[in-house]
Amino acid sequence: MTDAAADNMPPGAGRAAPAVETPWRRFMADFCANRLALFGLVLVIVVAAAALLAPWLAPQNPYDIAKLDIFDSKMPPGSASSDGTLTYWLGTDGQARDMLSAMMYGMRVSLLVGAVSVVVALAIGTVVGLTAAFFGGRVDAFLMRCVDIQLSFPAILVALILLAVLGQGVDKVLYALIAVQWAYFARAARAAALVEREKEYVEAARCLALPRRRILWRHLLPNCLPPLIVIATVEVAHAIALEATLSFLGLGVPVTEPSLGKLIANGFEFLMAGKYWIALFPGLALAMALIGINLVGDHLRDILNPRNAR
Amino acid sequence: MICRKAGAALALALSLAAAPLPLAAQELKVGLSTEPSSLDPQYHNLSPNNQIALHLFEALVAQDPAQNLQPALAVSWKAIDDTTWEFKLREGVTFHDGSPFTAEDVVFTIDRAAKVPNAPSPFTQFTKQIVGIDVVDPMTVRLRTAAPAPLLPVDMTGIRIMSKKAASGPAPEGKTTEQLNRGEGLVGTGPFKFVEWSRGNQLVLERNDAYWGPKPAWKKVIFRPLPNAATRVAGLLSGDVDFIENPPTVDLPKLASNERVTLARALSNRVIYIHLDQFAEPTPGIPDTNGKNPLKDKNVRHALSLALDRTAIVQRIMEGFAVPAADLLPSPMFGTRKDTPVEKVDVARAKKLLADAGYPNGFSITLGTPNGRYINDAKVAETIAALWTRAGVKTQIEASAPPVFFKNRDEHKYSAYLAGWGATTGEMSDPLRALVATPNRERGMGGTNKGRYSNPAVDAKLVEAMRTVDDEKRRTLLQEASKLAMDDYGILPLHFEVSVWAMKKGLTYTGRADQYTLAYLVAPAQ
Amino acid sequence: MLVFIIRRLMQAVVVMVVMSALVFGGIYLVGNPVTMLISDQASEAERLAVIRDLGLDQPVWQQYLTFVGKAVVGEFGKSFRAGEPAMQLIFQHMPATIELALVAMLLAVLVGVPLGMYAGLRPDSLRARGIMTVSILGFSLPTFWVGLMLIMLFAVALPEWIPGWPRLPSSGRGPTVDILGLKLSIFTAQGWLHLLLPAATLALAKGALIIRLTRAATREVLPMDYVKFARAKGLSERRIVGVHVLKNIAIPIATVTGLELGQVIAFAVVTETIFSWPGMGKLLIDSILLLDRPVVVAYLVVIVFFLVMLNLVVDILYSVLDPRVRLEAQGR
Repeated sequence: MTDAAADNMPPGAGRAAPAVETPWRRFMADFCANRLALFGLVLVIVVAAAALLAPWLAPQNPYDIAKLDIFDSKMPPGSASSDGTLTYWLGTDGQARDMLSAMMYGMRVSLLVGAVSVVVALAIGTVVGLTAAFFGGRVDAFLMRCVDIQLSFPAILVALILLAVLGQGVDKVLYALIAVQWAYFARAARAAALVEREKEYVEAARCLALPRRRILWRHLLPNCLPPLIVIATVEVAHAIALEATLSFLGLGVPVTEPSLGKLIANGFEFLMAGKYWIALFPGLALAMALIGINLVGDHLRDILNPRNAR
Repeated sequence: MICRKAGAALALALSLAAAPLPLAAQELKVGLSTEPSSLDPQYHNLSPNNQIALHLFEALVAQDPAQNLQPALAVSWKAIDDTTWEFKLREGVTFHDGSPFTAEDVVFTIDRAAKVPNAPSPFTQFTKQIVGIDVVDPMTVRLRTAAPAPLLPVDMTGIRIMSKKAASGPAPEGKTTEQLNRGEGLVGTGPFKFVEWSRGNQLVLERNDAYWGPKPAWKKVIFRPLPNAATRVAGLLSGDVDFIENPPTVDLPKLASNERVTLARALSNRVIYIHLDQFAEPTPGIPDTNGKNPLKDKNVRHALSLALDRTAIVQRIMEGFAVPAADLLPSPMFGTRKDTPVEKVDVARAKKLLADAGYPNGFSITLGTPNGRYINDAKVAETIAALWTRAGVKTQIEASAPPVFFKNRDEHKYSAYLAGWGATTGEMSDPLRALVATPNRERGMGGTNKGRYSNPAVDAKLVEAMRTVDDEKRRTLLQEASKLAMDDYGILPLHFEVSVWAMKKGLTYTGRADQYTLAYLVAPAQ
Repeated sequence: MLVFIIRRLMQAVVVMVVMSALVFGGIYLVGNPVTMLISDQASEAERLAVIRDLGLDQPVWQQYLTFVGKAVVGEFGKSFRAGEPAMQLIFQHMPATIELALVAMLLAVLVGVPLGMYAGLRPDSLRARGIMTVSILGFSLPTFWVGLMLIMLFAVALPEWIPGWPRLPSSGRGPTVDILGLKLSIFTAQGWLHLLLPAATLALAKGALIIRLTRAATREVLPMDYVKFARAKGLSERRIVGVHVLKNIAIPIATVTGLELGQVIAFAVVTETIFSWPGMGKLLIDSILLLDRPVVVAYLVVIVFFLVMLNLVVDILYSVLDPRVRLEAQGR
């Protein structure tokens, strides 16, 4: 992952495109040629759909506590609910929540936390990175020093300390995740902008004496985005994994709205008791999401990296 | 029920302990859920420290598994007058270093309690009533108090006698906490001697062969901190350790059916309860009653109690390892009543009571709970939220890490909160003074009554009880006080925790109400 | 060179000051550690006395200034819980963590480099693809999840399903031996058994990273002239790979391994929690949950210093190994 920042060439650069192909089609063709990446994409779509459509698809609303019947707790997969209206395909947890529903809602929390934190971190990082690259000199030196310092710290530690002082809650987890990710994007954005800055179109814009701000945001920014978005894909997976880890350590989201990580943590204590489904299924769902995102991200990086062109 | 059996089991355990064992089997590895923070017996007054201290040291008075007082370093004690207790000391007891135990050691130890610097939970709690110590002869001490102190013998179970000779030093407190942590001056009269402690890893003790009482079965005991519950169970199953405390309730059914494992259990002195804000108006957690605090109405409190399905909580969340509660201390402990039936769940009646009180559509409430302080605390709170919501009181829970929870609780930010109380004295005045007496800092009453329940009749009975040295009269007063508070629904008891210990087949242990893990009482079965 | 080192150390000091101020303010806001430490039965007067004893009755800025004043002369305060100097506690727990991190890193390199080279040499073979897929798994799965699965499999399930299958210890550290005053467990057989699962858990993600790095480096080296030349000379494939390729990919791998050591020590926090490993990561989590501020701050100071040193050493070594890199240059 540390080498990702180096792979910051724009898409398709340095390749001779066949005449009939549009860049998008070529991109899709490339993508589909790799079955593993396609598999990853399918995983991501399934997981995201389950999360997004949870309120409509899930058999039960796990947050509606009045509906939970405590005598249905810890039922193995395939059991029928005691009022006979529902089959718990993946069993129930210690609070009698249907695991399948809890996982879909948990996936919502996880994806939300991952996506929101990455988008905000991407925005902050891009502004910082572009500013540094565009203005150079002392601004650049100062900003990059901050970035370097931040990056020299393992993300888990920074997040851990932040949560220790902020307390629990979805919002707090978001702050912590943004704090550990922005620097990464800042560095990548700066590297991308440094390359773009030397290109003809920027020079042309300069010759037209366009305001610097306009050049920065209207010209440089759009051209720096593609590599950043690739990094963002993989970062979503990182953020989700980090959130799960923090929740597992008891410092993440509150018990009432469990993310996948919290569900696994809740299920950990049931593992030794032979009630494997409470931890295993959320774990598999988490693994599915992370593997899917990473497969897609990995392949995107290969495609966009001209050095790997076959 | 437990105490009668306990006596027999104790006797059995002790007789077995005397049987010789092959050398290899004389080592016991114990997995602890919490490591002691220090080995200084007067630094941190908390169970993990106290139970370790009991291996190395002894107090004047001991408690049996049901928390009845037993002679230890004192063979007998009696109140000479209302403010003086006399203790006759045990003859012929020696410390680990061979020096004899005398009244001087008692004086030294009681004096030291107040001198330990930075103690996060000081032992003055047990000695603060003492205004003077008289050494009558080397084997007799008299403790004088300013006011009548009926519970002084109970307090003395918390003060474990250190050797004046070994623990003296240049610092005001003699040997410092740090020195004691290294084993310097860590000399008691207890059944085990200190060998080595590497914090976070293991604490090793060896048998004190000169111990005056029944000799423990183990030549060597190794305590290992295994704070993660699942890891602790895995450690037992994989043979890393022979004996663990507090196996998680979820694992208990499986452990109980595992033929390689034996369980020991005991009804503990810890009650889990719900406190309701009966003071603030408006109260912070109830937004939709136009500023009224419905919890001041006894009918509402009664309704909330009726909505609680205590049996379901005990069965499904506690896996049967708890006992539904109708009082703050389980019978037959001192000061409890005989006939205290547990309230049966009755949602229809709860709804009717709410309607009568003027809340036909119920109201919303937030229930605060710590997450990770008591057994399954947040899970129990989640279930209560479901139960109350069914009865029409829409309940949200706010689960916080324990330090945050305690901060909020102390700042009265909860209209209702779940918490627990362990009566270390093993008698009723302890929970009554802490949880239902009207808060009064000067008199040390109602310190944990953060619902601010106040009933002058309860207070009067309690104050009277605390001046009464006569056991029978005090018992009656305490029974009356607790009945008043319970009938008023001033606090809603949920259940008493059952403490569990799990050990490999071939060991026996008598579960203790004080929840202590004491390796010298672990015996190999025949 | 000296200027470079001094500048790095100054940075470390700045980070320490910022972090410790943050922790002071944050923990102050979260709650009062005394509520966690004191017995329920203690009276209000006793509570206040403890709060005063620990200096927690003063305003938070004053507490911080007192701390800074003492920290300058090397005193980082005593743990609220244990009553021992916080630094001493950290140093007591450090050998266990370092031991675990080094063994994990070693495992990652020993497994990762050969697999990565294989994948780089035959990028289109089925096996190489398999290796790369597994490596994606390796860094996709969160450490704690892998740890749980390993415990389930090797400490519980396999020994139950297959009679005679050895049960791996899943908690704690094996017996230790004193080496130069350090308590180390890698010199006893039991010690290694206890190390196995936590080290494997920790090594998985790093192994995956090293596989990918090695593969990329190998693919970059292969088209180089000296490899072609060696081939032309008719050297055996074994010699080409074992000497020429390996030598040239060694530098980036060594650099990343060095830098990742910091990551491994940080992630040991998670692994130590799962396996009850008595290292400083678990000490940190326990201290955070108990609001034992002096220990949290001391840990931060130690880890900041350690990470800065690690980066410094890697940079210096890099400049020594690769003459093209000048230390004054900013990026790596």
